[in-house]
Amino acid sequence: MSSSVPSVGDVIVHKEFPPITRHRLALYCGASGDHNPIHVDIDFAKAAGFPDVFAHGMLVMGYLGQALTDAVAPSRIRSFSTRFAAITQLGAKLTCEGTVTELIEQGGEQRAKLALTTKDQNGEIKLAGEAIIAL
Amino acid sequence: MVDQSAVGRAFTPVTARVEPGRLRFFLDTLGETNPVYRDEAAAPVPPTYLFCLEMMDATVPFEFLTALGIDLARVLHGEQRFDYHAPVVIGDTLTFHPRVASVTDKKGGAMTLIVVDTPVTNQNGIHVADVSRTIVVRNARPS
Repeated sequence: MSSSVPSVGDVIVHKEFPPITRHRLALYCGASGDHNPIHVDIDFAKAAGFPDVFAHGMLVMGYLGQALTDAVAPSRIRSFSTRFAAITQLGAKLTCEGTVTELIEQGGEQRAKLALTTKDQNGEIKLAGEAIIAL
Repeated sequence: MVDQSAVGRAFTPVTARVEPGRLRFFLDTLGETNPVYRDEAAAPVPPTYLFCLEMMDATVPFEFLTALGIDLARVLHGEQRFDYHAPVVIGDTLTFHPRVASVTDKKGGAMTLIVVDTPVTNQNGIHVADVSRTIVVRNARPS
């Protein structure tokens, strides 16, 4: 993108991910260091008032980050933030998107602000976030 | 219930090394195939990986929850933010300095939002990032 500056409204991030499985949650538990049993132990999840285990928010944000760095080199990301709008259930097929909302000059460089979303197969928003990238 | 007295409270700093083997486990778990992350000489870390490093090497897991008397089963992740100031690459040793930034009651005390801000420095003392997490505590109904 160093060669072509994006315009406001451009969708520069788009990626779809395979359905979330119990196996993926178990792997993420180990790979991320987040050993909260609520994501892998159905007995614990039920005792906490949930019908089943559910995805780590940070697994879903990890997918969003992957979609982002498919489009933008990691070294050009200045900030990356998100709100976890809804719990991501087992079987969710996630789609991550990012749209340019603003072109700004900040910190002595040209930057773009992106609005980021992660939705499941029903179009429900799971994550709503923002990134600022250097152009 | 956590109250304003928690604001400013700092927890044990965590020192973590960016190790190629466990980074590869993270990349494989996310199905990440981007070659930018696979150069073991100087690969950058993925954008959310700082969060993981702090958890992996914490000597007391979930210290801020136990220190504030919060039951892990009542916690949800509300928001997460990363501000990147300098590159983090394989081989770096990072130190995390977590501290409670704010405590806010919501829905008449049914929920409490706790923001923990964590500046991150590397082995050269460079301030490489700021990580901020907001957790949502689902408080027990008063009986």
